[in-house]
Amino acid sequence: MRKILLLFTVIIVGLLFISRLFYLQIYKKEAYSLFEDSAIKKEYNYPKRGYVYDRNGKLLVANQPSYDVMIIPREVEPLDTLEFCKLLKITKEDFIKKYNRAKSYSPRLPSPFVPQLSKKDYAVLQEKMRKFDGFYIQKRSLRDYQTTIGANVLGDLGEVNRRTIEKQPYYTLGDLIGKQGIELSYEDVLRGVKGIKFSQKDRFNKIIGPYKNGSFDTLPQPGKDIKITIDSELQKYGELLMTNKRGGIVAIDPTNGEILALVSGPSYNPNLLVGRDRSKNFTKLYRDSIAKPLFDRGLQAQYAPGSPFKVINALIGLQEGVITPQEKVTCRMGYYYGSRRLTGCHHHKSPVDMNAGIAQSCNAYFVTAYRKIIDKYPDAGNGMNTWADHAKSFGLGDYLGYDLPVGQKGRIPDGNYYDRAYGDNRWGSTYIVSNAIGQGEVEATPIQLANMAAAIGNRGYYYTPHIIKEIEGDTIPSKFTTRRETTIDRHHFEPVVQGMFDVYNKGTAATLRIPGIDICGKTGTAENFVKIDSVKTQLTDHSIFVAFAPKDNPKIAIAVFVENGYWGSRFAGRMASLMIEKYIKGEITRTDMEHWILTHSLENEYAKPYSGEPFKINGETTLQLVDKVEAPKDDDLNNSINVNTNKPKL
Amino acid sequence: MHSREQHRGFGFDWITIVLFLLLVGFGWLNIMSASHEGEIISYFDMSQLYGKHAVFIGLTFVLITLILSIEAKFYERFASVIYIIAMLALVGLFLFGKDVNGARSWYGIGSMTIQPSEFAKFATALALAKYMSDLQTDMNTIKDQLKAVGIIFLPAILILLQNDAGSTIVYASFFFVFYREGLQQIYLVIAITAIVLAVLALKFGILITAIVAAIVICCIYFFRRKKRVSIFQSIIILLVCVSFSAGVRMFYDHVLKPHQQNRISLWLRLEKDPIKLEKMKKEEAYNLIQSEQAISSGGLTGKGFMQGTRTTGKFVPEQETDYIFSTVGEEWGFLGSTLVVILFMALIIRVLFLAESQKSQFSRIYGYGVAAILFTHFTINIGMVMGLIPTVGIPLPFFSYGGSGLWGFTILLFIFIKLDSNKINEW
Repeated sequence: MRKILLLFTVIIVGLLFISRLFYLQIYKKEAYSLFEDSAIKKEYNYPKRGYVYDRNGKLLVANQPSYDVMIIPREVEPLDTLEFCKLLKITKEDFIKKYNRAKSYSPRLPSPFVPQLSKKDYAVLQEKMRKFDGFYIQKRSLRDYQTTIGANVLGDLGEVNRRTIEKQPYYTLGDLIGKQGIELSYEDVLRGVKGIKFSQKDRFNKIIGPYKNGSFDTLPQPGKDIKITIDSELQKYGELLMTNKRGGIVAIDPTNGEILALVSGPSYNPNLLVGRDRSKNFTKLYRDSIAKPLFDRGLQAQYAPGSPFKVINALIGLQEGVITPQEKVTCRMGYYYGSRRLTGCHHHKSPVDMNAGIAQSCNAYFVTAYRKIIDKYPDAGNGMNTWADHAKSFGLGDYLGYDLPVGQKGRIPDGNYYDRAYGDNRWGSTYIVSNAIGQGEVEATPIQLANMAAAIGNRGYYYTPHIIKEIEGDTIPSKFTTRRETTIDRHHFEPVVQGMFDVYNKGTAATLRIPGIDICGKTGTAENFVKIDSVKTQLTDHSIFVAFAPKDNPKIAIAVFVENGYWGSRFAGRMASLMIEKYIKGEITRTDMEHWILTHSLENEYAKPYSGEPFKINGETTLQLVDKVEAPKDDDLNNSINVNTNKPKL
Repeated sequence: MHSREQHRGFGFDWITIVLFLLLVGFGWLNIMSASHEGEIISYFDMSQLYGKHAVFIGLTFVLITLILSIEAKFYERFASVIYIIAMLALVGLFLFGKDVNGARSWYGIGSMTIQPSEFAKFATALALAKYMSDLQTDMNTIKDQLKAVGIIFLPAILILLQNDAGSTIVYASFFFVFYREGLQQIYLVIAITAIVLAVLALKFGILITAIVAAIVICCIYFFRRKKRVSIFQSIIILLVCVSFSAGVRMFYDHVLKPHQQNRISLWLRLEKDPIKLEKMKKEEAYNLIQSEQAISSGGLTGKGFMQGTRTTGKFVPEQETDYIFSTVGEEWGFLGSTLVVILFMALIIRVLFLAESQKSQFSRIYGYGVAAILFTHFTINIGMVMGLIPTVGIPLPFFSYGGSGLWGFTILLFIFIKLDSNKINEW
């Protein structure tokens, strides 16, 4: 006992030390990361984000410096909170809340404490920053929009969220990332790569030198500038025309699929989503569930396309050899199956051949053609599948594959669809005649309709619509330069194109003619319903128009869609014609038409369903007149703080 | 006879010497890591601490040669003289000493400083061994026990008066020597009881301590039937316990300096007020927190030699001296730190083993003293660096930066190696 006491104690103490070491270094230890080492200071150097130019080289989006106050909670030392809060213009409660939030995220990693200081606040704060351990100022660059238009296309930047950081470790809390529009779809191109500098700190938080001689440091790589396909003049004009209306305009260059204009109404000033007010303004836009300014009606609004879809049926009929351009169909104010009228029609001359059928938008003609296509095959399922394959070759019924982050598939039903709806083979062509006139189960978005117009204008092919024109030092993806063929032979297009030309010459758009430009178009009117207090209520029809021009070798294909605009040529047709004139001629000669659009508002129409009163629709309503809308000036872009959500002026 | 010894390496215990060399060498590497400023140009750069330490190590070999070449009998014969010189050196500090960090423990000679308390340890061990091995000394008498204690208390008190409480505690290690040499069991019981009572009194207060003591004494009273303690004795023991607890409490409240109170308070987690605790941690536990973080960040294999970010950033104050073990922890990880712990254990156990094999009582007692001193330093230093015991500033033998410390421990160890090599001549 006497001999072993010390020996025994030595062994006990040794084992105790080893277990303590095990606890400290293995059990309690978190995986070592240079980024979480508080002895190493990490300074990020954010590169310039790529500029955005329009197709003509006009600068749309530039950058402005911004300063974030960042916090590393573990390094915060007791400070003069009162002074600090005063400098940052926050209350002490805010301070505690922000501190706790940052700490709960990570005590070791930096989080933004007060983002996006004004230059003035920054200047005052910078001198005093040394006094506040654990806080530092991070310089970043914010977007500086040189224009008030195209918010839906240009998109915006926002602070990266934690879920994205987990998936993409490139980002750290407080980084800005594209949230919408091209900022989102071209994030990797525009962003560049941030540089980082590691420095060894001492215990007083003073930098004593570079970490490992800077061998881990990287230089920032600047983001690439991009040129987008948007024609900012045309876009601006489209947005002007869309004032006081809701809807979308999509204009495409058929020769290459470039999107010339992508208008969504109502819109907002992109500068609203920059800086310290971003989240406030974003919430305001996001919460507007009536006007939905963040909903891109050019890309996301999926509706029954109405009459413009008829031309597809004409083309499929010709391709399948079930109709000829000369064949005539009698119209008795509708299509009759036995004595039952399956669909109505409006008043026009009868019988009609294909040309008149398109020009007069005769329902009976297209139901006849459509039934012939389906009934060519032994069972309706096969017929429907063949029909759907043709329609889908125009880019309908599925995502188009364009380079903007939002969209809808649209819908082209096939045999399976009706087998599911009615039971296998328990349906026939008479069940589904609404598809013939673009109602029923067929649905499409404005960009799909514009693309369809481009494919018709090209007599059988199209390029996937896209927004990117040039990337600095790079090429655009090859899928945008690959021609995509439709399943319709080229020679079948001529009679259909002629029909669309006659829509302007003598048909439903005869009043919309533009001198000197041969426009081919097709009007559309789509019935629509909403639920008001769970009662299905019909609203005034949507006004739809699809066109391309000139007739031969078209330079522009366009789809216009105006919610509750009543009939096709009334709003959408006028707007399409004006857009075409603006793009091709660069000036407007039909000032009468322009004046009409700018002085007529649909705001009262949109207010009706929310009024709580019974209301009338379509022909029984009167149009609201407003003072002529003026185009916004580019030089007062930062002053328009009010969100332009087109509140009804009653 | 001598020729056979020469074949076996002059009769020196090479295991001990190798362990010593390993510790000194590894220690120097860590001092280099902890102390270098900027690029390392030369290992003997005298403007840097590691350069100075390299010189100290070089001089150590001169010292070793000297110690080993002196006749073994010299140490026994002149033990008293060495002790007296060491004590005079300690006393002299009051007149000629130099204050460093509030402790008057150094002589300044030009730019050199020398710390006599590091040399007093081996002197005391020699003197104690000499006294206890004397034929006229009977350690079973209270008188001789007191005399032996006096030999220890003299340097201990002198050092305490010089405000170096840490070094004073080291003298408690001689308890192991007494115990080995036949101190009555009751002293061990008293020592352990005293420690338990002190902790209880500080942690839970005198009342609870008294109740616990009473229960334990009752148990002993009822269950120990053979050699029954009388009720009167039991009450006396209880009273002694209670007054001891009260004494500890008083000592803690009134004698200890605030920073010492704080260290104990942090260790026993006495402070409940979070604001005061935070403040206390800021003031007292900064070193400890930094040191624990550095060790913890090393992980299994460490960040590599000279790669420790906390070491390079000098986050742990005093890292090249008392906190050198945190460098090992950060740069060499669990594997390296465990190796150091094992090296120390091996060294102490080897010395113990050799001490037990001595024929001469003087050599055995001295050897035991060496083992006990090394053990105390090892336990207190590494325990403190890892936060297991309250902060007590004493160096890690052979590892920490400093000439006096290195030489003190080298002399301590090598006198024993010399004595051991001579055991064949003892009868």
